[in-house]
Amino acid sequence: MKMTNMSMTSWGNYPVINSQSLKFSTLTQLKDTISTHSDLIPRGNGRSYGDSALSKNVVQVNPHDLFLDFDVDNGLLHVQAGVLLADIIKVFVPRGWFLNVTPGTKLVTVGGAIASDVHGKNHHIVGCFSECVEFFNLMLPSGDTVKCSSVENTELFRATCGGMGLTGIILDAKISLKSIQSKYINQTTIKTLNLKDTFSAFEEHKNAPYSVAWIDCLASAKNLGRCLLTIGEFCTDGQLDYQPKAKINVPFNLPSFLLNQLSVKIFNWCYYRKVSQRISQQKVGIDTFFFPLDAIGNWNRIYGKKGFTQYQIILPKETSEAGLTEILQTIADSGKGPFLAVLKLFGKANDNYLSFPIEGYSLALDFKIEDSLFKLLDVLDDIVLEYGGRVYLAKDVRVSQAVFEQSYPQLSTFKALRSRYKMQQKFNSLQSKRIGL
Amino acid sequence: MGYVLIIGAKSDIAIALARIYAENNYSLYLAARQVDELEAIAKDITIRTQQSVKCVELDVLDYPLHQAFYEALPEKPIGVISAVGYLGAQDMAQDDFVEVQKIINTNYTGVVSILNIIANDFEQRKSGFIVAISSVAGDRGRKSNYIYGSAKAALSTYLSGLRNRLYSANVHVLTVKPGFVNTKMTEGLILPAKLTAQPKSVANDIFIAQQKKQNILYTLWLWKWIMLIIRHIPEWKFKAMSL
Repeated sequence: MKMTNMSMTSWGNYPVINSQSLKFSTLTQLKDTISTHSDLIPRGNGRSYGDSALSKNVVQVNPHDLFLDFDVDNGLLHVQAGVLLADIIKVFVPRGWFLNVTPGTKLVTVGGAIASDVHGKNHHIVGCFSECVEFFNLMLPSGDTVKCSSVENTELFRATCGGMGLTGIILDAKISLKSIQSKYINQTTIKTLNLKDTFSAFEEHKNAPYSVAWIDCLASAKNLGRCLLTIGEFCTDGQLDYQPKAKINVPFNLPSFLLNQLSVKIFNWCYYRKVSQRISQQKVGIDTFFFPLDAIGNWNRIYGKKGFTQYQIILPKETSEAGLTEILQTIADSGKGPFLAVLKLFGKANDNYLSFPIEGYSLALDFKIEDSLFKLLDVLDDIVLEYGGRVYLAKDVRVSQAVFEQSYPQLSTFKALRSRYKMQQKFNSLQSKRIGL
Repeated sequence: MGYVLIIGAKSDIAIALARIYAENNYSLYLAARQVDELEAIAKDITIRTQQSVKCVELDVLDYPLHQAFYEALPEKPIGVISAVGYLGAQDMAQDDFVEVQKIINTNYTGVVSILNIIANDFEQRKSGFIVAISSVAGDRGRKSNYIYGSAKAALSTYLSGLRNRLYSANVHVLTVKPGFVNTKMTEGLILPAKLTAQPKSVANDIFIAQQKKQNILYTLWLWKWIMLIIRHIPEWKFKAMSL
């Protein structure tokens, strides 16, 4: 086992802490590491935004990136937990396979995708990442390895999918891929005028395989909630010669004053006006459609060295309109324009104890870290609670224990399982300690 | 595209090289001791690239078996890469000649034994490439690792001669001189981050250099200039230094 003391942070570049990075080569070594440490947290590619993959002792799972088996008849891929979704896409798109569920970045590991039970633009149709997980092997605090699936060790499966790495170390997983006929997506962009219009556009296109909306967060009054709704479906033209898109890189942290109210306003204004018609259609590649931000390496550096956070919340469908209006109005009044805001209609919740999605609308907002931001987010938390919503842990860095506890009803089941397997004694992150998990 | 034979295939750089060559449509022989440990790597590369990847048992220190090993390969390779290396322990080697022999024979004698056989075949076929990973440690002897360094120096000199000999046979020889690399070999050593490469980037540099028929590759590139300076420090000064 290799130990290194290092300064560590996640995608939001906030907070930065000193941790011990632990690397293992064999399962025996990993078992020893678990038995001789506490406050362990597994970490994949460090793409969760906040402090969920930060702890005193961090187990690096990303070096374990072997493809173990592929069943071409059924599209079942067995991989070690450190395999990046980007690698799966690079290898399998040319052979006519794609991920059933992918988040907005392909630079996450399979283990991380399970631990955050990530969702994508097709949540309203297929649900979270756990839906395509046939099984995974999990090393428990005892050092024993158990196979978990929706029919075997079901409780551990339900706790681990969305369990933020707090149930043990995911070693490998078998996931199902979906068959595709093209590397292109037929994309339709719908320009809406206000929140009501946005909602009816989502409803109108609720059978589209993929949908997501960029929302102009600085619009107010009668324009509040206007957006560009993008829907898409895979083409069937048989073109599969996929090559990952080359990316440009942000080489260092930009000075944080570059992102100010004016520049954000200009960006949002231009973005909304880029599209002139109500409905327009394009044929775009996989990377452009699913992973637009991956085209810019280290884009998190545009927020400067203090970092940023993404505030992602979801509200039940019944309260979404009232709740989102209040939230957007509060943000517009605060003058703290988020640089990027994304709205999405979600499908039904699953049975996993801590999975984020419920049926309704989710809003994700990127803010740079600055004084008084957290005060604003606390105010937003109150609105979210009032309307029966919740905050997404994979993005979170600051939610309070009280807010968290009121919004995840299966929390007690999760905690009971944690104590039954003595997980609290071994696996904790800064986040889990903050919210009393 | 034909087979590339990778010797010392369990090393981190070798594994990264195997992936890159397979991604570029080469088939692979992965040669090492206790070859069963390589099966998972081979399977991984096969799934990723759909190339043929075969694991073959080879002990570079078992010289008498080398000819038979090479003859047993079902299809002769079009290129060979040696990633064999044993850093050893300098302080142990100073007292223990068995360790000295292990360092010298692994890094030099064993590699020469197998490369001679392959070089003769390539020379006769008038095609092929030979890549061997030497080290910047072979550029000048330092007290901290001169047993290892001298074996690598010998290897670099051997490769230079081999390149000279095989030039007319259209066989290209690439000498690779990595600086610090973050691998199992350097585990536990404290390495300066800015001067330390990842195996993947070293492998990438090697692939490009081999394809371009470069003769000597320093990787990271910075090491070319660092070693230029180190080689030119006068001996009267160098002998008093701790580098």
